[in-house]
Amino acid sequence: MPNPKLAAPEVAAIEITGTTRQVFIMRSALAAGTVYGLASVGPFVSRAMAQEGGGDVEILNFALTLEYLEAAYYKQALAETKLASEVKSLATEIQENEEAHVEALIVTIRDLGGEPVKAPGVDFGKAFANEASFLELAQTLEDTGVSAYNGAAPAIESTEVLAAAGSIVQIEARHAAAIRLLRDENPAPVGFDEALSTDEVLEAVMPFVKA
Amino acid sequence: MNDSSAQAPEGGGPAITELGQDPRSRARFLKMVGGAGAAGALSLLIAACGGDDDDAGSSSTTPATDATDEKPAASKGDIEIVNYALTLEYLEAEFYAQVIASGAVTDKKIAELAKSIGENEQEHVDALKATVEKLGGTPAAKPKTKFEDVIAGGPETILETAASVENLGAAAYLGQAGRIKDKEILAAALAIHTVEGRHAAALNTLVGKSVVPDGPFAKPATMDEVLEAVKPFIAA
Repeated sequence: MPNPKLAAPEVAAIEITGTTRQVFIMRSALAAGTVYGLASVGPFVSRAMAQEGGGDVEILNFALTLEYLEAAYYKQALAETKLASEVKSLATEIQENEEAHVEALIVTIRDLGGEPVKAPGVDFGKAFANEASFLELAQTLEDTGVSAYNGAAPAIESTEVLAAAGSIVQIEARHAAAIRLLRDENPAPVGFDEALSTDEVLEAVMPFVKA
Repeated sequence: MNDSSAQAPEGGGPAITELGQDPRSRARFLKMVGGAGAAGALSLLIAACGGDDDDAGSSSTTPATDATDEKPAASKGDIEIVNYALTLEYLEAEFYAQVIASGAVTDKKIAELAKSIGENEQEHVDALKATVEKLGGTPAAKPKTKFEDVIAGGPETILETAASVENLGAAAYLGQAGRIKDKEILAAALAIHTVEGRHAAALNTLVGKSVVPDGPFAKPATMDEVLEAVKPFIAA
């Protein structure tokens, strides 16, 4: 029986709605992250991508879902949260980056003959109440994104798509580090942004997935 | 993805043969080690190809006489890439170790960050070295470094150099991602790649540069570009 204490409870505040497979995987990945910590997101996504068999389009649509989530998060924060000028600057730059990622992923998916998923519904709870809560969840989102991309990337078949994914995930890692620095946290707390894959973790998380 | 001179030959012959026969790649390789260390460098390459089990520090200059090699070409290419990454990590780890030892960074928080980054780099060294060994190759030797001028330059110079090197390191890993054959090694490389990105962003912030100097999409660097850029830090 796993320890009932949640490793990353703030992640539970993120609600994502929609009917696509990608939203389902994203919700499940976030659930895994909540319970077991963000390091579990990577292998969860790995396994989900391996099971899909949808190829690179599937993976890119998952990335797109994640980017929609992030773009929406920063957009809302800039509209609703009182932010110090340094924080506002960074949030603005990050939001522009995420929008660029969304656009690029849509183009790439279409180029591959796939259909880009639509933006999911999102609800970030009380994250926008103040700068501190905004930054806390921002850090979590970016770290989650890094873990998810790194989890999915090895399943990518095309080297061009892999290069694109790599090019994007490095930016997410930079975002994560910058936010951490603002919060006086270690920008690179571990040597490897990789999670250890355990089947027990993956099996245990299934009961937490919302239907 | 245009380092054709750096790729392992498809036919499975040892890379030393290719190095010997291709004046362009030999020239590049010698340039990389500054010419004077050619003998040691050649033995490094032989050792990395699994030609012998000797310590990579041995200075044998005899090329592998046996042209056959049981390792599949994919594994040899991956060994070369991992050894390339190992060389960069050795440089980074050594840099931070020297910076900390010098006490030149007097700001306590920044010094702590430098120490933490250095620890990450040492973890990378350890993991990459073990990976090469697991692949049946011989790990690249730790290069002799030339950081004295940088450290003597004081904290600002040190941080700017650190930022440069980390941005370069991130670009280096991104440049190799598409060339790695083994999926596990790819996963490990990606795991390190993003950590270097974190380092780069943090250091860029400290020296007043943009967190994302390339904009929303990070740019890769080729092996040639990176090795050229780090040459000033490698002693002959």
